[in-house]
Amino acid sequence: MPAPMAAGLASAGKRMDDRKTSAKSPETVCEQTEWLVAVRDRRDKKAFARLYDHFVPRLKGMLMRSGMPGAAAEDVVQDVMLTIWHKAHLYDESRARASAWIYRIARNRQIDVIRRRPRPVPDEMVAEAETRETPEADAVVGLEQEAMQLRQALETLPEAQRDIIERAYVGELTQAEIREATGLALGTIKSRIRLALEKLRHELKDLREE
Amino acid sequence: MTEITHHLPDWLIRSYATGSLGHAFSLVVAAHVSQCDDCRARLEAEELAGGLVLESLGAVSASDDLRKRVFDGLDSDPPAAFTAAERSGIYPGAVVEAMGGAQPKWRALGGGIRQAILSEDRDGSARLLYIPPGMAVPDHGHNGLELTLVLQGSFSDETGRFGVGDVEVASDDLDHTPIAGMEDVCICLAATDAPLKFKSFLPRLLQPIFRI
Ligand SMILES: [Zn+2]
Repeated sequence: MPAPMAAGLASAGKRMDDRKTSAKSPETVCEQTEWLVAVRDRRDKKAFARLYDHFVPRLKGMLMRSGMPGAAAEDVVQDVMLTIWHKAHLYDESRARASAWIYRIARNRQIDVIRRRPRPVPDEMVAEAETRETPEADAVVGLEQEAMQLRQALETLPEAQRDIIERAYVGELTQAEIREATGLALGTIKSRIRLALEKLRHELKDLREE
Repeated sequence: MTEITHHLPDWLIRSYATGSLGHAFSLVVAAHVSQCDDCRARLEAEELAGGLVLESLGAVSASDDLRKRVFDGLDSDPPAAFTAAERSGIYPGAVVEAMGGAQPKWRALGGGIRQAILSEDRDGSARLLYIPPGMAVPDHGHNGLELTLVLQGSFSDETGRFGVGDVEVASDDLDHTPIAGMEDVCICLAATDAPLKFKSFLPRLLQPIFRI
């Protein structure tokens, strides 16, 4: 489905251009993350409604592209949104932007449903579940900066490479195709992901030491 | 946390993140990430990229009914399915979940070796292996790729030593003879992406090969 995909990334690029004037400040955190924090800390239903409006149409599109019929995709989206609401206390904005956390929840739920058994998931770190404190603003902003650079790297790739990356993360590629592409097209964003990774690694180390 | 030296390759973490990995391999990824901060960070970096792609997608309109179902659900209790299994001893939560309880249901294979099959489907299979000190990890005739994660003790083969948390990625052309370390019983989680040739191991392979 190359045409809508390219359109998707192109419009993302446009959105980012629109934002450039207002979002220059380095201490900016993306608004989706702010909404999710409001849901977590204040059980804010208006913020939840914003998350709903932003993510539901995209989640449905992603699930349909990875092979689910519309009604089944909506069932999964329903579970994802309710998980966001009920598990918001586990969200840590210094380790994941809202979209990354929601992406994971969607994959978990989709695979639970498709395989009719729970997807194997990593144990949560103890700090996530019990001793999470308000993360330092620096950590959150640092992650956001890495994310913006990764996004820019994605947007400036040649179209064919961008396309394969999008298809990989949307869930259209098989394990074998991803294995092959990781050495080729996906390799081109490797250095960018690696930098984001250093950042995340640092955060985890801090958590362990607390 | 012991020093982990053998990690998951990028493509496995990426395939897990994007949801394209079968159950057996997903189990190994989840179990390794449970005890490896490096690979946890790598997985989170993949999810960061996944989230960016998700945000960039075009919108597909959803029904009003969905909105109603979601907002009606906010004040209800979360469904029970939302709780994941917890780690038990050496077994990460994902393995506990796959075992259907806190302890493996071991079946003796002779020579002190035991196995517990955790899952088997068309994408592959996963099992736990229990290898007494100094015994050879049995060859079970897999095709394709095999992942072996050490949960207790260690094993060594021509490619190196694998301790707790280490994962070996072996294709079927790797001709190796892993031997359990002498310090403890070696317990591993082993997964293949091809149907097993044998349901149980061949007896001749069960003899101790080396006594180090
Ligand atoms: Zn690792």
